[in-house]
Amino acid sequence: MSELASESSTRRAATLVDFDEVVERFDPMLGLEVHVELNTNTKMFCGCPTAFGAEPNTQVCPTCLGLPGSLPVVNRTAVESAMRIGLALNCDIAPWGRFARKNYFYPDMPKNFQTSQYDEPIAVNGHLDVLLDDGTTVRVEIERAHMEEDTGKSLHVGGATGRIHGAEYSLLDYNRAGVPLIEIVTKMIPGTRERAPEVARAYVTALRDLLRALGVSDVRMDQGSMRCDVNLSLSPRDSGILGTRTETKNVNSLRSVERAVRYEMTRQAGVLLAGEPIVQETRHFEEAGGTTRPGRRKETAEDYRYFPEPDLVPIAPPAEWVEELRGTLPELPWERRRRLQADWSLTDEELRDLVNAGALDLIEATVAAGAPAGEARSWWVAYLTQQANARGVELPGLPITPEQVARVIELVASGSLNNKLARQVVDGVLADEGSPDDVVAARGLAVVSDEGALVTAVDEALAAQPDIAEKIRGGKVQAAGAIVGAVMKATKGQADAKRVRELVLERCT
Amino acid sequence: MTAELTRLTAAELAKKIHSREVSAVEVAQAHLDRIAAVDGEVHAFLHVATGAALASAGMVDESLAAGTAPASPLAGVPLALKDVFTTLDMPTTAGSKILEGWRPPYDATVSSRLRAAGITILGKTNMDEFAMGSSTEYSAYGTTRNPWDTTRVPGGSGGGSAAALAAFEAPLAIGTDTGGSIRQPAAFTGTVGVKPTYGGVSRFGLIACASSLDQGGPCARTVLDAALLHEVIAGHDPLDSTSIDERVPAVVEAARLGASGDLSGLRIGVVREMGGEGYQSGVRASFEEALRQLEKLGAEAVEVSCPHFEYGLAAYYLILPSEVSSNLARFDAMRYGLRVDKGASAEEVMAATREAGFGPEVKRRIMLGTYALSSGYYDAYYGQAQKVRTLIARDFAAAFAQADVLVSPTTPTTAFPIGDKVDDPLAMYLNDLATIPTNLAGTAALSVPSGLADGLPVGLQVMAPALGEAVMYRVGAAYEAARNAEDGGPLIHRAPSLHTQVGDAA
Repeated sequence: MSELASESSTRRAATLVDFDEVVERFDPMLGLEVHVELNTNTKMFCGCPTAFGAEPNTQVCPTCLGLPGSLPVVNRTAVESAMRIGLALNCDIAPWGRFARKNYFYPDMPKNFQTSQYDEPIAVNGHLDVLLDDGTTVRVEIERAHMEEDTGKSLHVGGATGRIHGAEYSLLDYNRAGVPLIEIVTKMIPGTRERAPEVARAYVTALRDLLRALGVSDVRMDQGSMRCDVNLSLSPRDSGILGTRTETKNVNSLRSVERAVRYEMTRQAGVLLAGEPIVQETRHFEEAGGTTRPGRRKETAEDYRYFPEPDLVPIAPPAEWVEELRGTLPELPWERRRRLQADWSLTDEELRDLVNAGALDLIEATVAAGAPAGEARSWWVAYLTQQANARGVELPGLPITPEQVARVIELVASGSLNNKLARQVVDGVLADEGSPDDVVAARGLAVVSDEGALVTAVDEALAAQPDIAEKIRGGKVQAAGAIVGAVMKATKGQADAKRVRELVLERCT
Repeated sequence: MTAELTRLTAAELAKKIHSREVSAVEVAQAHLDRIAAVDGEVHAFLHVATGAALASAGMVDESLAAGTAPASPLAGVPLALKDVFTTLDMPTTAGSKILEGWRPPYDATVSSRLRAAGITILGKTNMDEFAMGSSTEYSAYGTTRNPWDTTRVPGGSGGGSAAALAAFEAPLAIGTDTGGSIRQPAAFTGTVGVKPTYGGVSRFGLIACASSLDQGGPCARTVLDAALLHEVIAGHDPLDSTSIDERVPAVVEAARLGASGDLSGLRIGVVREMGGEGYQSGVRASFEEALRQLEKLGAEAVEVSCPHFEYGLAAYYLILPSEVSSNLARFDAMRYGLRVDKGASAEEVMAATREAGFGPEVKRRIMLGTYALSSGYYDAYYGQAQKVRTLIARDFAAAFAQADVLVSPTTPTTAFPIGDKVDDPLAMYLNDLATIPTNLAGTAALSVPSGLADGLPVGLQVMAPALGEAVMYRVGAAYEAARNAEDGGPLIHRAPSLHTQVGDAA
C-alpha cells in the first residue's frame, strides 16, 4: 500500500529546459525494464487459461487466487520461452536458480507476495544490437531476464485520480493474476546523448520484433502484453557522476517510450538547474500531454523481504536442454535483415527505408509467394506506398495481401496484364472488389491477346495514317510509336504494347 | 456391540467390514455415537460430518454388496481429519478465526485420496491455529483435552487428531508435522504418529504453516494401522512441486515383518545429544527400558553424535516464522474468510481483519518472521538458520552411516497441565526439541508408545533417513509387539474411561 502521499506536498512544478540545452549540459543515463506477458496457453503456476479479454474472474483456480492450501507448479513452456528469450538476447542461461517471494500487500496480488526470480535470474549478461533510423547500430547490454507472475487488475471506482487512494470502491479481476511474465532489464546505456529518446524507442522496437520472431508473446503494448519502464538520470556533462534516477511507468507505446525519455530529460534538467535535487521515485507517463507525474511516493524504502520460494524446486536446466532450445531459435530479426540485404542487393539506406516503412515483411512474403524480389520491392515501395499515403494508413494496413501482389506481378510477367492494367487491378483489390483474378474478370482488364483482332487493329491504324505507314516502310522505325499508340487507344489499353509494335513492323515490311 | 467396534484397530475393522460381518455404516455410526458421548469433554472435533460420513460408509457397503473389491485395504474405516486439509464438503478453519465458516472450493490431495480409498471421514479435528503450538491451547475454538487426564493438554498442534484416537472416537487420523505436531501429540496420548519423509505426502490443500517443513502423515493406535494409512495417502502428486516422484516405501509389509519381532542385524543409533538434560526422569527411564527391549529383539545399539542438533530449535524458530510471515500474508479479507470492515481503505481493512482474526502465537511468529527476513537482517537470521539446517542434515547423514535408525524420547516431558505453558512461549517451544531436527533435515520419524511415566504416556521416537520409512516401521512394529507382549496388551487400553474421569475431576 504505497500511494499514501499527497502529490501537492512539497515539490513545485519543474520548469522544462529546451532539449538542446539539456544535451549541452547533461549526459542522460538510460535504462529500460520491459515486462512481457508470454503467450503460453496456461498461467505460470497453474493450469488456468491466459486468453485476453475474458469475463472478469472466469480464468481462475485455487492456485492463482492464492486460496489457502494451494500450491504452484512451474509451467515448463514458460521456462522454455524464458530460456529462448535469454538465448536470443545472447545471455548466459543459469544452470541452477530458484524462484523467490517478493512480499508486499496489495489487493490485486492474491497471495500478497509475488513469485518472481530475485538474485538467481534464468538469463544474465546479454546484448541486443539495435538499428537506429540513420542505419547505424547501437549495442544495448542486457543485465538479466527473469521469470515472474503477473498480478490481477484493479479498477478503482470513484475518486478523482483513478487510483486506489480516494476511490469509493475497487473492483478486482484475477484473470491476469499468475500470467507468466518475463522481465528484461538493460544495463545502463551510456553515451546516448541527444539520441537517448531514439535509442530507447529503437531498443523497445528491436525487442518487440525479436519477441515476435520468437513467437513467445503477442507483444501488444496497447493490450499490456508488453510494458516498458523507463529509468533515467542525468549527469553533468562529461562529469561521470551518476545522477538520481526516476522510474517512469505506464509507457504504453513505442512513441511514448521516446516521449517519456525526452520529457524526463527536460524535466530533470529543469529541476537540477533550479538547484533542486531529483527525487528518486516512480513516475507515471501521461499519454495525453506527453508528460510524467509522480506516482507512488515512497515514504520509506519498500522492504520486499525476498526469500527463496519454498513451494517450488530449483530450475536446473541441463546443458542439453539449453542447446536443444538454442536449436529451436528462428532466424532472428537482425540475421534476417542481413540476409535480405544480401539477397536483394540493398544499400544500408535502402534497407533502412524498407525497415522504416514496415515493408520488409510484406516484400519477403510477396517473394515467398513467387514474385521476383525486384518487382515485389518496386510494387511495395512505389505504387502501394503512394496508395497507403493517400489513405493515411501504414503499409501493412492496406487491404491487399502479399499473395495478391505476387499474383498481379505474375499476370504482368505472363503478358496477361501490362503495367497500367496491373495498377487498375491493384486498385480493384484495394477497393474490395475481390482477388486480382476477380478484378480482371469483373473489369474485363485482360490484355487483348487475340492475334487476329490485333492484326486487324494494326491494319486499320496503318490505313488511317498512310503517311506514317509510309515512313515506317521507308525505314523510320521510330515512327511506329504513333501507330502503336493508336492501336493501344483503340483497344482501350488492353493490348500488349510490345506485341503491337512487333506487328506494326511486320505489316510494314 | 457398537462400544466394542470403537475399541478395534483399523485393520480389524477393515477385515470385519470387507467380510461383511459388520457394515461400514454400523462402524461409522458407532464412532459417531462415541463422538456424541465423549467429545463434549475431549473436544477433539471442530466439525462432525455425520451425514457425509454415513453416506460415504453407505457407498462402501453398497459396493461390497455388489461384489466389488474394496477400494483399498481401509475402505469403510472411519478417520478424523486435521482441520488444516481442505475439504469440499466441510468447513476448513486451520484452527483460526480468520477462516471461520470458510468452505473450500476444492479438496486437498490427501482428502481426495482418502475418499478414493473409501475411508469414512468423520469430521475435522482441532489444532493450534495454523499448526503453531504444542498443546491446542492456541486454537481459536477452545482447547482439546487429553483423554488420559482431561486437565492436561493432548499436545499439538495435532492434539485433536491424537485425542480422537485415544478417546476411541476414530481408529485413524491425519495430522501434519512441521516440528513435531504429529509425534508430540502421539507421545502425549499413547498413540502412534508418523512424520513421513518431506515430499512423501502431498501438501496440495494443506494450509501452509511453513512450506519447507510441513508434512502430512498418518496417526493411529497401532503401527500397522499407521502403515496402512500411510500407503493410502503417500505418493507423488503433480500438484505439489516438492512431492517426491518415487515409489512409496512398502511400509505395510515392513510393519507386518516387524511385528514378527526379530530385529537382529539392525543397528539402532542412540543420539548422544538427545535425552539428557531437560528430559523428565520418567521419560528417560522409559527410554532406557525401550533400548533394552530393542536389544532383546536382536538390534545392536550404537552411540552416535549429532553435534548440531542443539542449534535446531533456534534455526527452526527463524525458518518457520519467516515462511509463516509470507504464507499467512494472503489472509487479507479481500477474497475469503473473516472481514472486519473498519476503516476507509483496503489497507485498514486488512490490518483490522488480521488484528481480529489471528491469535497471539500466530501474530508473534508473523512478527518474528517479518523481522528475520527484513533487509539487513536476512543473512544474520534466515541465512544462518539455513546453514544450521544443512549442518543438521549432515549430522543425520553421518549418523545414518553408522546406524539404520536413530532413537530418542519423542518429547522431553509427558503431557503438561492446561494453562501451564501458554504464557511462556519458550517453555512451549522446548516440547519440540527432539522432533525438530527431523523436520529441518526432511527425513522421516515416528512416535510409538513406550509405556507410562507417572501415569502418563511416553513416546519412543524412531528416526530414519529420507525414504527410509520401511525400516522405521519395522522397528516401530517390533518394539510395539514386544511392549504389548510384556504389558499384556496395548497401552491405549489402559487409558482411563472418560466417563469416570468426569467424576474424578469434579
